[in-house]
Amino acid sequence: MTLTLPWNRGERKLAKTKTDLTWQEVEIGGIVSTAGNAAEYKTGDWRSLRPVWDTKRCVKCGVCYIFCPDAAIYETDEGFFEADLYYCKGCGICAHECPTQAITMVEEEE
Amino acid sequence: MGKRIGLEVSLSAAEAVKMANVDCIAAYPITPQTHIVEHLSELVNNGELDAEFIPVESEHSAMSVCAGVSAVGARAFTCTSSQGLALMNEIVHIVASMRLPMVMILANRSMSAPISIWNDHTDVMSIRDCGWIQVFANNGQETFDHVLFGYRVGESPNVMLPVMVHIDGFILTHVIEPLEFWEEEQVKKYLPDFKPLYPLHPDRPVTMGGLGGPAIFSEVKVSQDEALIHSKGEIISAWKELGDIVGRYYNPVETYKSEDAETIFITQGSFGETVSLVVDALRDEGEPVGLIMDRLWRPFPFEEFREAVRNATNLIVIDRAISYGGQGGPLAIDIRSVLYKEKTQPTVTNFICGLGSRDVTIDDFKNIYRRAMEKVKQRPREEDFEYYGIRGK
Repeated sequence: MTLTLPWNRGERKLAKTKTDLTWQEVEIGGIVSTAGNAAEYKTGDWRSLRPVWDTKRCVKCGVCYIFCPDAAIYETDEGFFEADLYYCKGCGICAHECPTQAITMVEEEE
Repeated sequence: MGKRIGLEVSLSAAEAVKMANVDCIAAYPITPQTHIVEHLSELVNNGELDAEFIPVESEHSAMSVCAGVSAVGARAFTCTSSQGLALMNEIVHIVASMRLPMVMILANRSMSAPISIWNDHTDVMSIRDCGWIQVFANNGQETFDHVLFGYRVGESPNVMLPVMVHIDGFILTHVIEPLEFWEEEQVKKYLPDFKPLYPLHPDRPVTMGGLGGPAIFSEVKVSQDEALIHSKGEIISAWKELGDIVGRYYNPVETYKSEDAETIFITQGSFGETVSLVVDALRDEGEPVGLIMDRLWRPFPFEEFREAVRNATNLIVIDRAISYGGQGGPLAIDIRSVLYKEKTQPTVTNFICGLGSRDVTIDDFKNIYRRAMEKVKQRPREEDFEYYGIRGK
């Protein structure tokens, strides 16, 4: 099974974030005039719990990857799985679905 | 000049929509707006107007269809009244925020309960703050002209806002009035094709009506309000050009014998024509009275009002709606704001009358004038207002 990253996390181009725009700079009617930029939205801000994988229990089945509703789980070079914390909202579905209970939801403390 | 004919105001409004060459009409019939929709469906059915007529199942859907039509860059029309407006309320706000130009005629009717199919301005005031450009037409000719004006102003690249034309239900919609149609050439000259800034199109995908979190929502709303405030310049130049083409000049506030008047009536809608006769009659009796008719309701013409009332001693504001638990009628509230910082202030008396189409005749307005002159001597407080002609009051 070959799993690939859903998008290139390395290059997020944003001249200005939404928090910098003045009222004169927002698009008329608040429209979004470029396609596909939902990828720039840091939904990781919503998270209060973070999934942590125990590689001793993980059998590399990829169930977490399949069930993640935000496609925020990717495969590492060793074949294990990790969450992309830029997008992971901490919903815990991965931990719930993991057949070997390899994922624990840990409180975010910062 | 166009041909001068006699026609019911609703039918002439529909003919104006035809002349504006709209692409889609989505409307649900409701008294007293019905004749407008019926006539438009006839025009489309008879092949006189090449447009989609979508007989929707509710006003909420009517305005939703118009939102979609405008979003793809086509010209949309709808009209409604009272409860119909209440039902479409959600989308009325949304199309203004999404900056989708269109024209809606609101045939003004009371809000229930009790159920009333008749006229007043309580439906207008229920969406006062919806963000549309709003104008009052006082007769059939003005209604006709303002349909074309609405598309011209709303679709202007500097404006991009929907336009609502208020006409009094029954009092205007169901009467036959003389009016001049425009010539095709005049319409062509006045009303260019609609060129939206961001039409929904697969070649250039955009997202409309997306989520606006706390970090961006306020900036988007302020840009919307700025657009409405600054639309006034475009509104005035569109009226000027309309006048240059068809010879009828309109203003944010229309004045009648007000320049040298000590006491000025201020009205909205069809009351204006009645009160103009009252002004003549009272002047014959030696009373120095005048009249200001509010044409532009939103954006509110603060400067024009200040200028128009500059020499007046007393203002009599006539409201056709209640602002429950508030400081008089909605028009009076704005007029008092206009005057708040002025060094010399005329007195303001406020009368609410004509609710649910109760007739307010010339004699009634004379009574209102005399009552106002009595009240002025009593130095009424700012929040003072009076219902006229209520039994037991």
